[in-house]
Amino acid sequence: MTVTTSSDANGNVSAATARATERAAENAEASQPQPVTFAKALNTALADALEASDDVVLFGEDIGTLGGVFRITDGLTDRFGEHRCFDTPLAESGIAGMAAGMAMNGMRPVVEMQFDAFAYPALEQIFSHIAKMHNRTRGALKMPIVIRIPYAGGIGGVEHHCDSSESYYAHTPGLKVYAPATVADAYRMLREAIDSDDPVVFFEPKKLYWSKDRFDLDALRAEYDGGAPASRSEGKAVIAREGTDATLVAYGPSVSTAMAAAEAAAEEGRSIEVVDLRTIVPLDDATVAASVRKTGRAVVVAETPGFASVASELVARIQERCFHSLAAPVLRVTGFDVPFPAPKLEEFFLPSVDRILDTVDELQWEA
Amino acid sequence: MGTPPIGAEAREEERAAYLDETARKFGISVEDYLLPTDGSIRILDETGAIRPVAEQGTAPGHEYPLPEGDDLLAAYEALVVGRRVNDQNSALVRQGRMAVYPSSHGQEACQVAAALCLGEDDWMFPTYRDSVAVMTKGIDPVETMTLFRGDWHGGYDPKKYKVGIQSTPLTTQLLHGVGVAHAAKLRGEDTVVLAMCGDGATSEGDFHEALNFAAVFKLPVIFFVQNNQYAISVPLAHQTAAPSLAHKAVGYGMAGERVDGNDLVALLAVLRRAVRLARDGHGPLLVEAHTYRMQAHTNADDATRYRQDAEVQEWMAKDPVTRMRAYLQSESVLDDAAEARISEAAEAMATRLRDGMNEDVAPDPEDLFRFVFTEPTTQLNEQRARLVDELARDAATDTEATR
Repeated sequence: MTVTTSSDANGNVSAATARATERAAENAEASQPQPVTFAKALNTALADALEASDDVVLFGEDIGTLGGVFRITDGLTDRFGEHRCFDTPLAESGIAGMAAGMAMNGMRPVVEMQFDAFAYPALEQIFSHIAKMHNRTRGALKMPIVIRIPYAGGIGGVEHHCDSSESYYAHTPGLKVYAPATVADAYRMLREAIDSDDPVVFFEPKKLYWSKDRFDLDALRAEYDGGAPASRSEGKAVIAREGTDATLVAYGPSVSTAMAAAEAAAEEGRSIEVVDLRTIVPLDDATVAASVRKTGRAVVVAETPGFASVASELVARIQERCFHSLAAPVLRVTGFDVPFPAPKLEEFFLPSVDRILDTVDELQWEA
Repeated sequence: MGTPPIGAEAREEERAAYLDETARKFGISVEDYLLPTDGSIRILDETGAIRPVAEQGTAPGHEYPLPEGDDLLAAYEALVVGRRVNDQNSALVRQGRMAVYPSSHGQEACQVAAALCLGEDDWMFPTYRDSVAVMTKGIDPVETMTLFRGDWHGGYDPKKYKVGIQSTPLTTQLLHGVGVAHAAKLRGEDTVVLAMCGDGATSEGDFHEALNFAAVFKLPVIFFVQNNQYAISVPLAHQTAAPSLAHKAVGYGMAGERVDGNDLVALLAVLRRAVRLARDGHGPLLVEAHTYRMQAHTNADDATRYRQDAEVQEWMAKDPVTRMRAYLQSESVLDDAAEARISEAAEAMATRLRDGMNEDVAPDPEDLFRFVFTEPTTQLNEQRARLVDELARDAATDTEATR
């Protein structure tokens, strides 16, 4: 059973979230739906989008016969043909630039960048054209492109395979930046990204690809019969866990870490609220601010190096909106300002439950 | 859906067959088909006289019949108008009516041929220096030039005219051309794309990626390189060690050809054959036109710092307009009446440009926020409200001051 988010009078998403129902489903009896992986949800979303519109085309490196290095496009070339899901030469700028041209000529390309750091050769096309084309042409040319990027750490990957590169894209006007954190959102938000007339950089946390949630995927898919449902994820953060003492603000791979920290804090008697942003651009300032005004304390959790990042932006915005409700400065737990480390050092770099709890402890609790 | 063949061997046959078939069509080897002919294709000499066929630079499988007279008269008209556009725009820059104008003075034959070789549903992807090509393809001159007046980053609707933006980043637009052609091919349409760049731009990574993608996907794209000898100040020798830019084609498995870029007759012959080949499924192709940028890179540049006057004088003698005029007069296609009519058309275009550019269109500051996304985000709406408020307060202060 899946419940999409509902909103209160202020337009804020209430606690009755998809995640809550998924948790409930997980605890339920064996008659409940089968567990679904994050990867399967993405694969299903791509297949359903290909089915729904002939304008949707998938291309990238190794996504055809192989089904992608993470198998996210597994079986799609067989099922839909090479004209709908195909391999390109090994050239990321070519992939992005060709996507821009295809979008000019009526297609809705969904491209895969094999890994976060491998997307950098495409940045000129993404920043200088895909992000700006709609503005430059005063709306005449839309860029309904989805750039899927497996990203972030936690899998012991080698250099160039674990970057949290979201801040670069979020800093570039004209790009939407999505970062799903749950299996249901992986499906929902990818459908929404493909449906969007704006270019979307879609960040898939690699460490979550094989995570599972028990929920009714078919019921969720049915919501898309006859077009996109009215309820949107874009710009709508969710309260992933309710709490009263402090707020953890997270997105993508950091949401599960924040949830684990909140669970551990509860054992120590602290009630922590977790906000899952879902989309970085557009940002749901209202839900974040409402939560922090309620709790009076906030920590932003993100894997990206903290300096000049999405995390710093969040801290600034919370401070601007919640100054008079804050009992302590807003703190951050982010990656250090160092290149993403080698596999054996990864654990020291990534935001961990302990580091989050230590930081929560620093929120000036003594009266 | 059938399962596509798996493995390198299965795909190899498919790859070789494509080129074989095209080369066989011309009765030559794949190598002879891919490589440009020894020289440039040149039909008119520098005085405008027809060269003997044996000296036109053709080779077996690379033959170019002479285009028809009426057709050439229309092209000549576009050439004269194009020259007038360049000179009028440069004058408007000097008068402060335009922020900048990268002139294609001296390259008008390339500009005109690029537009005239295409059919109505074909797309063109120009650069910032290709305004004359854009106008020749039928875009309103004022819509084209608002970009250079500083109103907005683009003036025309690329989709309506099937002309890409006048790209400033080098060769990025070639990939857009590849994408447009690919989309058309997937839908079974016979659209041809002509994607333009300069000699310096062939050093960019996207040049390589675009040619390679187009070749691998067998797309109907013509890459049209105007080799005007300079990338701002840097001469061709610093860009490439290749025998010619057209030779680059062979590395991608596509045919390349060189053509005299100041000979409109040869340009039309070569580009029209390229369009025909691409439409018939033998694309992509690379055409290098050998020409010269007679003026500085833009008004902000000083060409005397990096080239000799003698070199410029030498190219002055190869001017595409005088050559074409001499040829059409010698063929009795162009008489005084036609010349007068064409001058009038060029003058009308200049007047249209002057009137259009002298018009002061006040920009709307709120436009800053309107087109970033299809719908402005909450944050953009907040920023817009702030700017509107700021402007209202400024206006109130101004009113106060004039009281």
